[in-house]
Amino acid sequence: MKSFTYERPDSPEAAVKAYQRARGARYIAGGTNLLDLMKLEIERPAHLIDVNRIGLKKIEETDEGGLRIGALVTNTALAGDERVRRDYGVLTRAIVAGATGQLRNKATTGGNLLQQTRCPYFYDTNMPCNRREAGSGCAALEGHSRMLAVVGTTDACIAQNPSDMNVAMRVLDAEVEVLGPKGARSIPIEAFHLLPDEEPPVKEFALRPGELITAVTLPPPVGGKHVYRKVRDRASYAFAVVSVAAILQEDGTGRVALGGVAPKPWRRPEADAALPKGSKAVADVLFADARPTDDNAFKLPLAERAIAAVLADAQR
Amino acid sequence: MQFQKPAGPNPTDRQRVLGKPTPRIDGPAKTTGTATYAYEFNDVAPNLAYGYILGAGVAKGRITSMDVAAAKKSAGVLDVVTYKNAGEVKNSDFNTAPLLAGPDVTHYHQAVAMVVAETFEQARAAASLIKVGYQKADGAYELAERKDSASVPKDDADTRTGDYETAFANAPVKVDVTYTTPAHAHAMMEPHATIALWEDGNLTLWSANQMIEWGKQSVATALGLDPSKVRMISPYIGGGFGGKLFIRADAVLAAIGARLTGRPVKVALQRPLVFNNTVHRPATIQRITLGAGEEGKLLAIGHENWSGNLEGGDAEQSPAATRPSYAAANRLAVTKLAVLDLPEGNAMRAPGDAPGSMTIEAAMDELAHELGLDPIELRAINDTQVHPESGKPFSRRKLMDCYREGASRFGWSKRSMEPGKVRDGDEWVGMGVASAIRGAPVMTSAARVSLRGDGSVLVETDMTDIGTGSYTILGQTAAEMLGVPLERVEVRLGDSNFPVSAGSGGQWGATSSTSGVYAACNQLRTAIANAVGVDANAATFADGRVSAGGEAFDLTEAGALTETGEVTFGGRGDEHEYFTFGAHFVELGVNAYTAEIRLRRMLAVCDAGRIFNPTSAKNQVMGGMTMGAGAALLEELVVDPRYGFFANHDLAQYEVPVHADIPQQEVIFLDGEDPLASPMKGSGVGELGICGPSAAIANAVFNATGIRVRDYPITMEKLLPRMPTV
Ligand SMILES: Cc1cc2nc3c(=O)[nH]c(=O)nc-3n(C[C@H](O)[C@H](O)[C@H](O)COP(=O)(O)OP(=O)(O)OC[C@H]3O[C@@H](n4cnc5c(N)ncnc54)[C@H](O)[C@@H]3O)c2cc1C
Ligand code: SF4
Repeated sequence: MKSFTYERPDSPEAAVKAYQRARGARYIAGGTNLLDLMKLEIERPAHLIDVNRIGLKKIEETDEGGLRIGALVTNTALAGDERVRRDYGVLTRAIVAGATGQLRNKATTGGNLLQQTRCPYFYDTNMPCNRREAGSGCAALEGHSRMLAVVGTTDACIAQNPSDMNVAMRVLDAEVEVLGPKGARSIPIEAFHLLPDEEPPVKEFALRPGELITAVTLPPPVGGKHVYRKVRDRASYAFAVVSVAAILQEDGTGRVALGGVAPKPWRRPEADAALPKGSKAVADVLFADARPTDDNAFKLPLAERAIAAVLADAQR
Repeated sequence: MQFQKPAGPNPTDRQRVLGKPTPRIDGPAKTTGTATYAYEFNDVAPNLAYGYILGAGVAKGRITSMDVAAAKKSAGVLDVVTYKNAGEVKNSDFNTAPLLAGPDVTHYHQAVAMVVAETFEQARAAASLIKVGYQKADGAYELAERKDSASVPKDDADTRTGDYETAFANAPVKVDVTYTTPAHAHAMMEPHATIALWEDGNLTLWSANQMIEWGKQSVATALGLDPSKVRMISPYIGGGFGGKLFIRADAVLAAIGARLTGRPVKVALQRPLVFNNTVHRPATIQRITLGAGEEGKLLAIGHENWSGNLEGGDAEQSPAATRPSYAAANRLAVTKLAVLDLPEGNAMRAPGDAPGSMTIEAAMDELAHELGLDPIELRAINDTQVHPESGKPFSRRKLMDCYREGASRFGWSKRSMEPGKVRDGDEWVGMGVASAIRGAPVMTSAARVSLRGDGSVLVETDMTDIGTGSYTILGQTAAEMLGVPLERVEVRLGDSNFPVSAGSGGQWGATSSTSGVYAACNQLRTAIANAVGVDANAATFADGRVSAGGEAFDLTEAGALTETGEVTFGGRGDEHEYFTFGAHFVELGVNAYTAEIRLRRMLAVCDAGRIFNPTSAKNQVMGGMTMGAGAALLEELVVDPRYGFFANHDLAQYEVPVHADIPQQEVIFLDGEDPLASPMKGSGVGELGICGPSAAIANAVFNATGIRVRDYPITMEKLLPRMPTV
């Protein structure tokens, strides 16, 4: 771990200013992801800006009837919020399916949106990895890729987005609010996580340098039955092999997004439209351009069956 | 004392302290954070420096250049240890791979350098500045590829009984199946760690190590020291499972770093290094052949095993699980070893028996299915009271009693004989059984027991407690023998200044070390009787008093006395075979949509003669069952043959079971004693629990789905293609 300097500003604006002042700066929130990466020499920031005292810890109702979730709201607090549990159940279910109670107590909404992949080669600095070191190659492409993405990838990188929360955010059509050196803007969740280009570097997020996530807003509730089905090897404390977030209405329409299969939460409008036709129709759309490896090709039938389980569940 | 079997009546028969469910006496220290582990002896020297090990970036080759200049100049750095300045580092008999690489590299993450700095963070930062150039060499990493090159290792001749080939060829019913088991990691919580301190040419190591005497000798060999100059201390160990039987890079490099810098040095392996720098349970390919008559009597049993290791390393002895298991006149056991350039393969909890039981016990289930027999019935038909190879009787074998007890408790009769028939909600439900069979070896073990002036007792031995409960059973043994309450006994372990014990390994620790304390206590009883002037042979010890011939004395009246005793077991195996037994029962559900396997219930009914402490024995068996569940469903060190390493080298990727994986888990011991086994009339069970549960799970998966997976671990992608459509 490289030595670094540290500061703890007291407002979002001061945090962004601090970023502009320092070279090689990173924001740190719960630290549950960033610190691990620093210990492994994967991230080597020169300056840490601790955002834990800048506020942004509230969940407020918006004028439109939705919710505005401060970036520093912990995963535990978000999952436990009464309004979230009542109106956005898929979000609560997704969050509590992730990590452990201890980690969720520290993990924040902003940090979770930005959590790194779990590709084994990303975590070993002796290995080629375009995401870690652009141009070094992708060791996973012909390596141990069981957990990695099957769709939305290129030969530059086949890593998956491992988050549970993000899949629910995607199915809820969340918007990410950011504040940067050039002011504030809002990014729809579908545009927030990026797919890799054909050539490295692997760009991961739509954030510009220095942009701080300040909040995530949820549109007004859409009702329906909220389901999050996480398929995993271990019964708890394991990343998703695949996951399904769905909001299903009584008339058979709804929304569906997959986790664990792509570099971003995976959703297609045509797949939503196919929901009344059943799991095969949905999976066919979602995986139309799939390019799995030998190791992870099973995720295609697995995801289809998981969607079937969710649809069957909704009918009970 | 030489153990004379069978053990006659002795003071342990009273079972006032021994045999009683007793919480660990070291528990309060552990739960309050006051039990000091190797890395935490911060007060032993004022100016501790920190070591940080850099692991090799290639699996095989030569170091062509090493630039440590930037690291040496980095803040706080005292020195950088490499093969160039370390002096000669010899390999002890217990290590296959050199603990310090250079110029040759023999496996991935082998230590190539260690930075010593004022702080841990400085050492870690500097380690990242070391530039190492390698000339890579081709290596062999995949067992399947090297299987045909494997040969019978020097000390492992095939064992044959009768005419196996003919008997198998002519058997009316046959099972001939090949299973694979992957490499496993010990995955203990505490990483390997050492603090090294030199004083006047004497070296003291606080080191996480299961076998103090071996560790001390190995360090002396590695550094060319007289063993009398080395002291090893290891009072608490955060799990070992065999991964800490032998010294590793932390011990040797801490000592060298301390010598070079003139400072005491502490080193812990960072988690990613634990997987490739240390040892693992080797992967195996196993062929099981069972030939039986129509009514289920076994006529031929064959167990062939292939594993790989570095040149000079040992083979995984999987056939050990089959050899004592079931009667059959015609038998074959073959162990073959290939050379692989992976990290060193070595002992992990129940070496041989754990992976061997994963296959023989599943193949028995396959045979039962072929025959249309209940799998317990098949075991009953082929049960034996004599070892099928040697013909010697087992000192005690209650395998079928374990099955009977387990079957009634578990509700085995509710199992469907036909697989794939029981549906509960979204899950296919199945039950499985398997035998637990594990040797009950013993080793010479010594202890020093003192009666202190206040009537309290002190036990000292270099025995270790790796979370097993050694402190407690040794305290119970002394309390029982000397007639004092357990609270009046202090137990000190894990110091090479104490008498040499059996150490913790191979399930021999509990039996041997309690017997060593028993021997010392017997001598002390005589000394006490003599001191107060009563007849030692007639004396009884109870309630803090010694009495004989109508006279009674408080123990304090004997004054302070110390005795060192030792037990040896020569000739114990001349007429009998020594094993522990059990039966595993599993019920699980397989999700009809996703093929996720979720355990519902596990039960083990075990027998090892007298159980010294039912609480810690149960804890040991449960731990073994849990590891067995991991081996069945989750655990695999994934080999990347392009780079020659285990790719999933952290605990987020190498998944071991968590509580949610086993909602209900029960362990029961049969009553009884085994006076042939030891003066304690029983044996340890530290490894019994991991023998069999994986196969019981595999068998339950078959019962639930009708799908037999012969390639462990049984993960969803291996079931999915054969699951019914939804
Ligand atoms: C062992 C383990 C198991 C896990 N299992 C799961 C799981 O099953 N499912 C799952 O979904 N997740 C899992 N996680 C991941 C966990 O959810 C993330 O680590 C956590 O959400 C990150 O949040 P944080 O606040 O700690 O982020 P940090 O580590 O503080 O930051 C992560 C990244 O976000 C940046 N950042 C943080 N806040 C802001 C902000 N406001 N604006 C801009 N940038 C910011 C940081 O610079 C950094 O790059 C697991 C993690 C661990 C360690
Ligand atoms: S998949 Fe992506 S993260 Fe993994 S090695 Fe390839 S480039 Fe790196």
